[in-house]
Amino acid sequence: MSTTLETSRGRGEPPAPPPPPPPSQPPSGALRRSADWARRAPLLPALVFTIIVTQLPFVVTLIVSFMDWNAYYPDERGFAGLSNYASVLTDVNMRRAIWVTVVLTVVVVLVSLLLGMGIALLLDRKFAGRGVVRTMMITPFLIVPVAAALLWKHALFNPEYGLLNGTLTWIWSLFGSDNPPQPDWITQAPLISVEIALIWQWTPFMMLILLAGLQSRPLDVIEAARIDGASTWQIFRYMTFPHLRRYLELGGLLGSIYIVQNFDAVFTITSGGLGTANLPYVIYQTFYQAHDYGRASAAGVVVVIATIAIATLALRTVSTLFQEENAR
Amino acid sequence: MSSLTDVGPVAATRTDQGEERAPRKPRSGALLGVAAWLIGFLFVVPVLWMILTSFHSEEDAATNPPSLAAPLTLSGYKEFFGVGTGANPWPSLLNSLTASVVSTIIVLLLAIPAAYALSIKPVRKWTDVMFFFLSTRMLPIVAGLLPIYLFAQWSGLLDNIWLLIVLYTAMNLPIAVWMMRSFLAEVPVEILEAASMDGAGLILTLRRVVAPIVLPGMAATSLICFIFSWNELLLARTLTGTRAGTAPVYLTGFVTSQGLFLAQVCAAAFAVSLPVLIAGFAAQDKLVQGLSLGAVK
Repeated sequence: MSTTLETSRGRGEPPAPPPPPPPSQPPSGALRRSADWARRAPLLPALVFTIIVTQLPFVVTLIVSFMDWNAYYPDERGFAGLSNYASVLTDVNMRRAIWVTVVLTVVVVLVSLLLGMGIALLLDRKFAGRGVVRTMMITPFLIVPVAAALLWKHALFNPEYGLLNGTLTWIWSLFGSDNPPQPDWITQAPLISVEIALIWQWTPFMMLILLAGLQSRPLDVIEAARIDGASTWQIFRYMTFPHLRRYLELGGLLGSIYIVQNFDAVFTITSGGLGTANLPYVIYQTFYQAHDYGRASAAGVVVVIATIAIATLALRTVSTLFQEENAR
Repeated sequence: MSSLTDVGPVAATRTDQGEERAPRKPRSGALLGVAAWLIGFLFVVPVLWMILTSFHSEEDAATNPPSLAAPLTLSGYKEFFGVGTGANPWPSLLNSLTASVVSTIIVLLLAIPAAYALSIKPVRKWTDVMFFFLSTRMLPIVAGLLPIYLFAQWSGLLDNIWLLIVLYTAMNLPIAVWMMRSFLAEVPVEILEAASMDGAGLILTLRRVVAPIVLPGMAATSLICFIFSWNELLLARTLTGTRAGTAPVYLTGFVTSQGLFLAQVCAAAFAVSLPVLIAGFAAQDKLVQGLSLGAVK
């Protein structure tokens, strides 16, 4: 596919990192160096700003994570070695928070990926009002996260007059029953409640990425396969799915990066109670309420390490897509 | 099987296989269309419910089963905007607007030159620079929160909207650089060179050649940066108080139940989400590109 396109469209940048050499190499070294700096100049403000604002705090976090530092006991500040890490990894609450973070991320990402794929496949077909359905689908993603969490907590999950239990009452009354089940969703299944609210918001995200992936399929090849007698399932299994695989990876990894960090839903729906406190929430609490700076930093470093593991994979996927995009 | 409906030029040579699927298509297609409508409806119902409830009275909002046809009223919005309750969301809405708009402008001012140096006249190792920007977006904010808090405390910038503006700028800059680069890469360099050889000035080149290609992309980039800043809670919650609190921070006041207040909550949630809904629908076509950091078009 791409070999034919490479020469025909775009500026034909090479797919590999080495950039095309500047069009005219100035003869002398000094001139070339100043030309290099002229090229770099527009980049520098953004680069310097990003390094200062995003990298410096992490360095400080790393340093503080090796320190005894609680704002309530300012005199006892000093070097703590690995004791903060030891307490993060042995403390019951912290271990619970690590577990909750993993479960929350895995469940939300997997379910919204599966739902997103199903819906993207439905939306890839032509039918009346496709644009309207697409717009309806992305609406949940365009609700401010705190507002969405409030909506689920008060208007949907509420055991007395929430929409979920209200609908149950209505359905049961259709069959003449005045004794419908009225579960207290958040109390009985706190983590699942948070997950449902997040899945509702993140399925549109997955759907958008996968739909873009579906629409970038080489349609002529699929048409040819269909004419050659391939069944819908065969086309999905051997053509669509392999093509979608990288978009699934991208959606899953980007989703993981965002959901590992989730704070809004946990903070709003359960306020970290009922065993739903994830790492971001516990870190927020440790430093904002308990003022244990050393431990909060060590927990922060743990989140960063987990994120780097996911992000390395994500960056590899993005880089493959990116190089293909530039190869065209 | 039976009918001879041929599709496409290639089919002519392979009629025996090509016709097989044609007759069954319309019915299953219609069924799948209905399924798509149903699922789309299911996803939008909570939002529709929120909007409907926001226009109900508190008594009608708290019924079981729900009263769909209850009379509409603006009392939820009146309560939220403080008519008779003394609540005042305006400062927080204005803070959100300031933080989002100003940070978006700064993001564009920094990102466009950077994107230029990464696409039209690329620096050496430009892909490394791109991935450095991307990696900063992936590091969790919560891990840098404490040093930022301590710095703000030390410099007296706590509860100052400018601190949020700087942080939101850093938060959105990677997205903007990636998006703007992908738009600038669409500007044909040959035309730029031809224009400069023909003696067209910089302004003219920018206006005639670059702007038509880049402006739509710039609009989409700013809308997406606006959404991310408007939505942010953790930084605002930690670093602001009564003066510089943003709209999401104001919404956290509704976390604990306060008697009958469902209509007010729904009015608040809808009012605060409205700018994002508008920006999101306006940027609909470029939304994926922004959310996937420009990796997907």
